[in-house]
Amino acid sequence: MKNRSLISINDFSKEEQIGILDLAESFEKQPTRKILEGHVVANLFFEPSTRTRLSFDTAVNRLGGKVIGFADTSSTSVQKGESLKDTIIMVSNYSDLIVMRHPKDGSARYASEVSSVPIINAGDGANQHPTQCLLDMYSIRKTQGTLENLDIAFVGDLKYGRTVHSLVMALTNFNCRFHLVSPPELKLPSAVKMHIKEKQLEYTQYTELQDVLPIADIVYMTRIQRERFSDPIEYEKVKNAYILRNNMLKGSKESLRILHPLPRVNEINVDIDDNPKAYYFQQALNGVYVRQALVTSILGVI
Amino acid sequence: MENNDPRKELKVSAIENGTVIDHIPAKSVFQVIRMLGLESIDNQVLFGTNLDSRKFGKKGIIKVSNRYFEAEEINKIALAAPSATLIVIRDFQVVEKKHVSVPDYVEKIVKCFNPNCITNHEAIPTKFTVLSKDDIRLKCQYCEKITVKDDIIFT
Repeated sequence: MKNRSLISINDFSKEEQIGILDLAESFEKQPTRKILEGHVVANLFFEPSTRTRLSFDTAVNRLGGKVIGFADTSSTSVQKGESLKDTIIMVSNYSDLIVMRHPKDGSARYASEVSSVPIINAGDGANQHPTQCLLDMYSIRKTQGTLENLDIAFVGDLKYGRTVHSLVMALTNFNCRFHLVSPPELKLPSAVKMHIKEKQLEYTQYTELQDVLPIADIVYMTRIQRERFSDPIEYEKVKNAYILRNNMLKGSKESLRILHPLPRVNEINVDIDDNPKAYYFQQALNGVYVRQALVTSILGVI
Repeated sequence: MENNDPRKELKVSAIENGTVIDHIPAKSVFQVIRMLGLESIDNQVLFGTNLDSRKFGKKGIIKVSNRYFEAEEINKIALAAPSATLIVIRDFQVVEKKHVSVPDYVEKIVKCFNPNCITNHEAIPTKFTVLSKDDIRLKCQYCEKITVKDDIIFT
């Protein structure tokens, strides 16, 4: 994996993905090691982020590497109209690896073409977010003991949620069954469903959240994002469609875990936070280990 | 008798050597001219559009003297003129006739339909993998979205 960019989850084979999860496990046991000393990682966030940026920072800092970069573009030459190409070429002169988030779809792939150092895509517009996908896979494997043959329910905005698209695609390699809960206007795009069909796996579409709770091993909740709607009336119609509350979990499997890429607004009621089935904060912590595994693999120090 | 019929006269005169591109949809003639860069070459170029065609109703035709095209070069016009036929002329005779075919890979000539794609915001030549040739579907190598036939806009 040395010197390879990670732009789309499909850039890594199933075996390579599992390799990252295995390595992440070893970082969970021992997250602080001085194996990145002398390395500089650039974190370029052209769009706001809390978890992704801080967990990359933490991942590198715990391993003794240095982080440069910016958390928003207000203090950079991007404000003066500098192109993405020029910014990337310049920063690739200063660093060994670039982690970037950018509002435009495809920006990370383009950056990987002009950069002299590898790129890790930390989210490009509505397109891909592969590091989130890997930490989701890590969280599923950790809580269920396997990635194979699970019943996975995806809830909320399945149309625009980039984490959903990547995770569905990745899980098609593991013989999972997909339960898709969304308002009709936010169904999973047919291009993603095509991946499920190609692997001859099952998917079922629902409009009621209650229908999937008794059968699911994992419930993956998502936020219905206001910014994805051009018509505010459409947003008002669906924004409160799927709210998970503690009392709804009666009758669910003992091993059920609830995941959410965060931030949540109201789709997971706070009364679930103390339920052992709530796993979203631990999930966010797992992001550090998975990113440690990625950064060290790509820099070739491990 | 047929020689005396004025209606049989060629609307666009014959060329001695070169390439004829026939059966172009009438609305795409100028597009094909642009795609092949014919506006800026020194060769003789003859073209006609909105000509009557039994097969297509209205068609266009382009004749380029002393110029022959590589398959790769000509196949890119298949996106604008999938029905086009390519006829190679030597000494006024047809020596080869073939249909254009949609290539596996399309570079530069098509805009990505996704307004949020990076290629629509920076000076980046587009790149697409052709997923389907009959019902044209182009997958952008950057944003991974699929541009379908009806959404195709040429750059």
